[in-house]
Amino acid sequence: MTELRSAPHERLGVSVESIMLNVVLALLPIALFSIWLYGLSALALLITSVVVCLATERVFNRLSGQSSTLSDWSAMITGILLALVLPPSFPLWMTAVAAVVAMGLGKILFGGLGMNVFNPALVGRAFVQAAFPSAIATWVPSYAPNRFHEFIPTTLTQPLMIPPDITAWVKAVSADAFTGATPLAMWKFQHQLTAPEDLILGIATASVGETSAMLILVCGLYLALRGMLDWRIPVGMMGSAVILASAFHLYNPDFFPPPVFVLLSGGLMLGAMFMATDMATSPVTPLAVWTYAILIGVVTVLIRYFGGLSEGVMYAILFGNALAPLLDRSLPTRVFGRRKPWRVGS
Amino acid sequence: MKPGEHTLTAFENFMEGIWKQNPVFVMVLGMCPTLAVTVSAINALGMGLATTFVLVFSCLLVSVIRNWVPKEVRIATYIVIIASFVTVVDYAIQALSLGLYEALGAFIQLIVVNCIILGRAEAHASKHPPLTAVVNALGMGIGFTIGLFALGGVREIFGTGTLFGISLFGPGFQPWIVMLLPPGGFFVLGGWLLLFAWWKMRKEAKDGA
Repeated sequence: MTELRSAPHERLGVSVESIMLNVVLALLPIALFSIWLYGLSALALLITSVVVCLATERVFNRLSGQSSTLSDWSAMITGILLALVLPPSFPLWMTAVAAVVAMGLGKILFGGLGMNVFNPALVGRAFVQAAFPSAIATWVPSYAPNRFHEFIPTTLTQPLMIPPDITAWVKAVSADAFTGATPLAMWKFQHQLTAPEDLILGIATASVGETSAMLILVCGLYLALRGMLDWRIPVGMMGSAVILASAFHLYNPDFFPPPVFVLLSGGLMLGAMFMATDMATSPVTPLAVWTYAILIGVVTVLIRYFGGLSEGVMYAILFGNALAPLLDRSLPTRVFGRRKPWRVGS
Repeated sequence: MKPGEHTLTAFENFMEGIWKQNPVFVMVLGMCPTLAVTVSAINALGMGLATTFVLVFSCLLVSVIRNWVPKEVRIATYIVIIASFVTVVDYAIQALSLGLYEALGAFIQLIVVNCIILGRAEAHASKHPPLTAVVNALGMGIGFTIGLFALGGVREIFGTGTLFGISLFGPGFQPWIVMLLPPGGFFVLGGWLLLFAWWKMRKEAKDGA
């Protein structure tokens, strides 16, 4: 029997599900390492985030009369990513709020997987950043001695209530002078640089999954080598950030940090590897992809250096997401046989 | 009245603005005050009642003089009438509650340019006798107040944990700062519109089946 079909005729044989499953696998080492660093609280954070994301998707599926879309693994990815960009001490009820907003507002209301404009995990993160600015800026030290026996006090805050003050708890568990600030905030507000090896190994204070730059790099490389993420995005994003940071550093080495610091600190690595590369929210044509990636890198550095916040990766990626459809439309690939757009005359 | 057009009863005329043509949820008119002043239930109610007052009296006056106003200058006439009543409301709120006056700020004066009022004057009051116009305007005003209250109530509950200043969750409540910021207004309005659209869709599906 002859089958008539329109293009594309050649298929890669890779389904959405298998790509998503591989992203989950690539995220697992980062998640496991974060549990090693922060113990029970990180575990509870991850479980809450994933469970609420899956449940939200299921509820919306039912409300809209669709069949379940849980099996495509994408809700799982959003759940893991969301937990990875929250601080380890984040109360679980706020995590649940972030997860509902991430899935509901960030994804389902747009029509589900592939239709969303913004990265769902970052929508959730941006919402709780605006809603609970103090809780999301509360940091705890890694390797707390009792991390596998007890929760960080703020983790189990009663729903809708203010998390308790953890200054005393932090003092009790941290051996050396723990400042309660991320490396970026320390640079920005106290002008102290964190050693690069701390950033690479994940000793520095950070969100659950931003800790080890090296681990994130390895996990991202796995996806890139399997062709499951567009390598142009991390390369363009990190490259542009490093080049811009180098220029600033050369201009005034006393004030601006070295480019290695910019590359390894905060969420740049995680954002470049797992957030900006989200297939639904990044552009398609090569030129648009490069523009998108470079733009995110530049905006990140500008927010970090000149904005009110110490970290800018989240807003930079959301900004890039918003521009992605426009970039695709204004920077299309040249149709074979068509004249180059910049050539005039016959 | 055109032949064949269904004549509304007084009750239907009144309910028009509250339900079928609700200015906030159905017509999506007057969005500036809707989003800007609804950070608390009391602000929302104050704004809604002030607008209702201006709406009712403007429509009454417009309806009374509808046969004497030349078509060419009608918009200017309506604006002068509306502006007069807004001035009255402005002074009245200032005299009655300075706190509310300061909370609502420029938005009291901006009732002048609220498109619901001019829209009602032009589309309804100028074509109907005074009593019908007033009933319709009252419905619209109450509908607008309900809309503002729906936003203000939700934003106050989440944003400060209170309703009309009464604490709902006790002293340890964690406020959702975002609800008091402009994005919160958009989120809550979007949520209500979604709810109404969903409800309407279900009703249509049920009626169709």
